[in-house]
This record gives sequence, structure tokens and C-alpha cells, in this order.
Amino acid sequence: MTIPPKTPTLAKLTKKDFQSDADPRWCPGCGDYSILAQVQTVLPELGIPKEKIVFVSGIGCSSRFPYYMNTYGFHTIHGRAPAIATGLKMTRPELSVWMVTGDGDALSIGGNHFIHLLRRNVDVKVLLFNNRIYGLTKGQYSPTSELSKKTKSTPFGSIDAPFNPLQLALGAGATFVARTIDVEPLHMRQVLTRAAQHKGTAFVEILQNCNVFNDGAYEHITEKSVKDNAQLRLEHGKPLVYGKGTKGIRLDGFSPKSVTLGENGASDKDLLVHDEKAATPLSFLLADLQPPHFPMPIGVFRATERAIHHELDQELEEKARAKGGGDLEKLLHSGDTWKVS
Amino acid sequence: MQTTPVSTGAKPVVEIPSVTIRFVGDSGDGMQLTGLEFTRATAIAGNDLQTFPDYPAEIRAPAGTLPGVSGFQIQFSSEPVYTPGDQPDVLVVMNPAALKTNLKDLTPGGTLIINTGAFNENNLVKAGYASNPLNDGTLAKYKRFDVDISKLTELALKDSGLNTKEVARAKNMFALGMMLWMYGRPTEPTMRYLKEKFGKAPDILAGNEKVLNAGYAYGETAELFGVAYQVKKAAIAPGTYRNITGNEATAWGILAATKLSGIPGFLGSYPITPASDILHELSKHRSFGFSTFQAEDEIAAMASAVGAAFGGTLAFTTTSGPGVALKQEAIGLAVMTELPVVIVNVQRGGPSTGLPTKTEQADLLQAIWGRNGEAPVPVIAASSPSDCFETIIEATRIAVTYMTPVFFLSDGAIANGQEPWKLPDVKELEPFPVKFRTDPNGFQVYARDPETMARAWVKPGTPGLEHRIGGLEKDKLTGGVSYDPDNHDTMVRTRAEKVARIAKDLPPVTVNGDASGDVLVVGWGSTHGAITQAVEKVRATGKKVSSVHLRHLNPLPSDLGDVLKRFKTVLVPEMNLGQLVKVLRTTYLVDAKSLTKVQGKPWKVSELQALILEHA
Repeated sequence: MTIPPKTPTLAKLTKKDFQSDADPRWCPGCGDYSILAQVQTVLPELGIPKEKIVFVSGIGCSSRFPYYMNTYGFHTIHGRAPAIATGLKMTRPELSVWMVTGDGDALSIGGNHFIHLLRRNVDVKVLLFNNRIYGLTKGQYSPTSELSKKTKSTPFGSIDAPFNPLQLALGAGATFVARTIDVEPLHMRQVLTRAAQHKGTAFVEILQNCNVFNDGAYEHITEKSVKDNAQLRLEHGKPLVYGKGTKGIRLDGFSPKSVTLGENGASDKDLLVHDEKAATPLSFLLADLQPPHFPMPIGVFRATERAIHHELDQELEEKARAKGGGDLEKLLHSGDTWKVS
Repeated sequence: MQTTPVSTGAKPVVEIPSVTIRFVGDSGDGMQLTGLEFTRATAIAGNDLQTFPDYPAEIRAPAGTLPGVSGFQIQFSSEPVYTPGDQPDVLVVMNPAALKTNLKDLTPGGTLIINTGAFNENNLVKAGYASNPLNDGTLAKYKRFDVDISKLTELALKDSGLNTKEVARAKNMFALGMMLWMYGRPTEPTMRYLKEKFGKAPDILAGNEKVLNAGYAYGETAELFGVAYQVKKAAIAPGTYRNITGNEATAWGILAATKLSGIPGFLGSYPITPASDILHELSKHRSFGFSTFQAEDEIAAMASAVGAAFGGTLAFTTTSGPGVALKQEAIGLAVMTELPVVIVNVQRGGPSTGLPTKTEQADLLQAIWGRNGEAPVPVIAASSPSDCFETIIEATRIAVTYMTPVFFLSDGAIANGQEPWKLPDVKELEPFPVKFRTDPNGFQVYARDPETMARAWVKPGTPGLEHRIGGLEKDKLTGGVSYDPDNHDTMVRTRAEKVARIAKDLPPVTVNGDASGDVLVVGWGSTHGAITQAVEKVRATGKKVSSVHLRHLNPLPSDLGDVLKRFKTVLVPEMNLGQLVKVLRTTYLVDAKSLTKVQGKPWKVSELQALILEHA
């Protein structure tokens, strides 16, 4: 019996391999730095050669991201990254395509492309940096800014209700929906790893602080003094518990209720158990939870499987090729032709 | 009444050199199909021909109304045919609305074949006739043939088991049968078509065949028509021919260009009249290694093409004017990132939604200059339906040779018009194999080929060549983001020069007629046929008139300026308010005169002839 030779493995890449020679030019203190660092930490763990990775972005502060990654990168135009990524992934399915976008880029000018990327289940990893403000244009309200928000373009307060990005993604048929926070690096790495492993569109909302134009937008969730009661970490198969194990979420009919364990007979057996594969209404309901009445869930809300766009597309090609064709000469001479001599 | 009369012997046959026939009826009457089938039979009979379908933007306007009229015109001849004909010599009229909207176009003394069965009170009112034109002398000056096609069709299908609607739908086959007889065309091609289309519905197939035969037999035997006509075969260059529309030729040209480039192809498109047929046709040919993507909107269609080009795929998008307006930002991105994408604009009447089903050539300036910033894009235009094949291959060659987006302009008349096409020898088409850079040694993202000024095309996935590009201004060498004023100035000029240099690669201008003289008529696009024929007619009277038809509109051929200066007068007929003429005047400082017509209809030979004569 011959022993099969050892499969050659690539020299393991490190974080440094993913750092480009361009210096990041975000404002000092911007949440984007942390996200960049976590992505550069996670990528070497995935075992994908860096030349097979492409970062595509639109326009906005977040969309400068590809310049700082030593992979292939395409900084495109405002809102259109999903369409560009779709064209790329359809024609080069072997590439690992990542998309970096912001709340304005993805949900306002690019809203249409965003929902169609999700409905098609294009195998692209989408990182949406949500800082609830337009930063690059210096401080106008965004489609995730809260009602009544005063900004440069809304001096009397915004009258537009905000989008909930997760619910929008779920409504568009997303197969993977997650949320993490710029100041929770470990959690972010876990979520990014899950997103990378997902087959199909993986949508990750990253709550990100813009310390210049919308500082403290998530203080009520991230501050040390409040975060235990303001964050709920979702874990598949585990009951929804927060507040250092003292509180939980249970369902009262279709309405979620926050309960203190041990009070009024509430035990962890009554709590809602998280199921990433449950029908969409559960993840939609979880995406609705937020302070002040509830904690904000972070983690993977939904991870299911559905036919992947490029795989369906490849099937079409295989079927077409099996039937023959592809001969230009034959095509030109098909149907009615006649000879003149 | 007999529906399939016994033959009473052959009628006399009169030979004529050419004829223009227009089929008109309600959009539900199947006039386009009738026209297309007559065209196939005519091509197979060996005539040269051109067609012009003219149909409403509404899928089915209310039956019997004026806006619902659909028409199909064909000119065929034993001589070369350049246009679908100025005026119909024969008008086949299926209902009063069709008569009302088309009678004014019929040649004085021309032939009218009327489905009298449709001239009932209801239809006359819908068409706005106060009295019945069949009886009030309106038609006195025409050669008129009354045939109750509706009733004859009903009788032919009396025992067929088809319902009233199916029977009504078959009456176009009666009209077709009659016309095939009148011009000595075969019925076999239509029979073949019917078998293909209705093979799964034997009742309908049998019904349509029966009605087609009935129409043919009616022509042959009814006492109505005294003679049949013969248009002799045209003297056509030897070869194998087929009929082709501009949209088909564009789609097949895209497949051919993909083969010649040696890399896979991709179309990102969004449905829009009159370009959608290119998407439909390409969607059938996945086996060519060509994929199609119906995007969520025009912007995404273009953006997906840019994404595919970034990935190293030969990328196309197909649209019409309003779609181009939406795509321009993404086209600018392709200019900045120097990625090859071919943008097909099948022009239609504008502005805004305009006249979706009518033709116009008012997007030339939009193609050349319609983007923010100094964003040069090469522009080339096809001049006839079959010319689309070669021209789109040329557009693709330019795109990949120079690493640039390229505009390919067609228009509604070319897109839907048909003409016989001498099939090229596929082996003779010149390949332009794409080479990707794979060598990391000394790689600079924006280093250029010294001759073409093209940067290297690098496929993501190539080790050691990882790089970032985008819409921000590029450093002239590294491709990194640069805000340096001198660098920007250099890059703006470099992009302009790269496109301008393509002129070196273009063949010299072909002058039809003498190389110098009194009048030079300069055209582009679908006006080719009308200009060529009008100039020939004026030349035949001894005038010193020549013409030039431009395929390359940006950059213009290097010798065009010299050619223009060899004529006393330069005339530029266009289906717009004078767009090419502006380019010629600013580029060459010549006093070129603009001839304009913007009616959603092609120029007539007679109109151009009269205008040229004024200057000759």
C-alpha cells in the first residue's frame, strides 16, 4: 500500500499579509479602524489565498475599506456595489467576494441593488457599517437616523422613519442575517467567521460609532455600565437570556416580553429559545427588539440555506452545453437561408 | 361563395422592377407576422429587400382605434434596395383605422386591398369616419380591390372547430396568402413556420394552413385580380443569405466577438424597447459560454457589466436612450478604471420616454459627451440591420485593445428592420485574443502599452498582482488614489489621448462617388440607405455629389477633415436637430449644413433628393 503524499498547504497567512501599503484615512477614533482590524484578523483563518479575495465597496467613509486590504479591491460608485459584486461573482464564482457598505450607501441610494442581491442569494459577504449618519458628506441624516434627529439637513428634526436594516434584509429573503458592534471585537470576529462560512448572501450589520458627526449613537447599548442589560447575545439553541443571566425574553402570544428570572414564577424554561433556522417571523421579531424596552440582540439572527445564485447560473450553462450548440457557423446558418450563385 | 375556388387557369404575369407594400391593421391583426412572413418568402424568391415595422408603443391599444394601428412595410426589387421604400405602392388594409392613418402615404394611383368585412359602423366610428370611405368617393383615385377577408376566413374555417376569436386571428393568413400569390412568392416558408409555431395545437395549425391556402387560391381564381406580378431576382453577389434584423445581428455579433476574444462573455441588461430583443436572443445561447443577467434596473445592468469586466470577462450592456441616461455614472467608472465594456444603445425617439417604438438618432452627443467630467468614450454606429454584426465586433475589438468602454449605436429602424445578409465566413473573421497580465515583476496598475496606451488587464485571482482600483482619480503609474493637481491634469489628458489615438487604427474614409466635387453628404447610422440612394439619383442627373457614411464617430477617421475640404458644400442629414454636424463644425471648422427630420420615421429618399438638389 502506498501512502498518499501529504497535501501541500499554503504558508499560513497573517494579519499583516492583509494590510495594504495605503494608510487608513478615517478620522482618529472612528469605529471603522476596529472593523478593519477584525476583518484582517479573521481572513487569515479562512484558508483562502488572498489573491482569491475581492473587496467591493460603494461610496462613503466605510467604502474606503478596500484600499486598506491587500487583496483585490474595487471602490466603485455610490450604492452600486451590490450590482458590481453580482456581475463579478456570476462570472468568477471561484472568488471570495466581500462587500463593504454603509447605511446611506446600502439603504438609501443603493436600496434597490441591496434588496435584489439578497433575494438572488448571491454568494457575497455584506458588511454594513451602520453609524446612522452621513459622515463623508459631513453630517446629514441617513435612512437609519432616528425620527426627529437634528442634523445639518434636518435642523428642525427628521420626519422620516428609519429603516431597520435587519428587517429589510429579512424581508428581501436574506439567508444569513447577523449584527455585531465595532467595540465588541471578539464578538465581531465570531460573527465575521460565521458570515464567511455561509453559502449565499451573508448580511452583517455592524453598529459603528461616528465620533465626529454622530458620536455616542450607540452609547446606550455599548457603555460598560449599561451593556449587560442593553445587549442580548444570540446563540443557536439557547434561551434568550441577558443581564448576566438574570433576565430573559419570552413570548406572550406574538408579543415578546422581558422577564426577570425568578420573579412572578418566570424560569428559563419559559424563555424563547433561539433558532437560526426557524421561519423568518422569529428573526423578524428578534430584529424588532431594542432599548429602552428590550435589550438589543447581537449575533446571528438567521442562517438558513437556499439555492445560491451562481450555482443556479452554472447549472443553466451545464444544461445548455449538454444540449450542444455553441457553434457560430451553425447559428448563422440556422433557419431559412438561401444560396445565390 | 366558394372559399377554395377551382383554378381557372393561370392569369397573366406582369413584370415590374420593384414594389413597396405596406400591411396595416389593428395591433391584434397580426400585421407584423404577416409582414415578416411575406419578407421571408420574398428573400427566398431572390429579391433584394428592406423592411420597416411601425407599431404602437401600447401592447394592445383598444381594438379598432387609431392609436392601435400597426404596420409593416417592405420594399423589394430586382435592383439593390437601400431603404424600406418612401411610399407604399400597395396598401393592404385590415380595418378603417388603418385606412385612415395610412391612406395619405399611398402613392397616387396606388393599389388598395381592403378587408371590407371590418368596415362596419362600430369600426368606422372608432376610426373617426363620418361616412363610409368605401362608398363616399374617398378612394376614387386608387386602384382598389375589395375583399371581405373576415368573412372569407370564417367560411374557410366553418367546420374547423375553432372558436370565434381563433377564427378572427387567422384572417391575416388570408391576406398573406393573397399577397404571396400576387407576387408569385412560395407559401412553403410560412407553412414551415406555422408547423413550428402551432405544432402542439393541431386544430389551430390546420386552420391557419387552410386560411393561407384559401387566400392564395382566392388570388389565383377570383375574378377580382386581373394579373399577378413578378419582380425578378436581384443581381446579388454569390453566397449564402438569410434575412436578419439589426437586433439579431447585434446579438450574433456579440457572440462572434466573444469567440474572437477568446474569453467568456457577459451581458448585463434591463428590458427596454427597442433593445430587449438582443437580451432575448443572447439568453438563448448559453452554450456559447455567454451568460446573461437581467438586472434590477438600468444602473445595475451597467454596474454588473463593470463588475464582470473587472473579473476579466468580456462585458456588454444593451439599452436605449433613457437607459443610457441612467448608466452614465457607471460608464464613467469604467472610463476611470479603464475597463472594457461595450454599451449598446438602440436609439428611440426622445426626450424622456419619448417615442419608444419609433426611430431617432438624437443620442450621439449623449454618447460622446454625456458624462460628468472629461470622460471620453469611443462611439461607433451601425448603418443597416446586417451591418450591426460587423460593427459590434469592431466595438468590442476597440474596447479590449484600448481598455475602454465603447458605445455602439443602433436605432429603432435598424433594430427591427430586416434585410438579406450575405453570411460571412466565420473562419475569415479576425480574432483579437485577449491577454491578461500574470507577471508580478515590475507591475504597476496604470502603466501603459506605449502604442495603444492601454493599461494591463489583470484578473482577480492572479497571485502577486493584488491591487485596488476605483472611481477616485488614479496615480498615473501606481493607480493609487491621487489628489495631486499635476497628476490629475496628466490623467485627464492621458484618457483623452488614449481615445483620440484610436483614429490611427481606423481605415481611411470611403467616399461614395468622386473624391471631390460640389456637395458631400455626410451621414451616420440608419440614414445610410436613404442617403446612398438619394445621392445616386442626384448624381445620375450629372451633378457632382458624393457621400460619406461614418461608422466611427469618436474619434473620427484621421483623413475626414481633408475629405470635407474637397467639397464646396457639406450636408449632414440626421434624424435629430443636428448633432454630428456640430461635431464636424467644431472639429474641422467647416461650414457644414444641417438637414434635420425628427418625426420618429426614417428619411425618405425623395426628401433627401430634393434637399441635395437645392445645394447641388
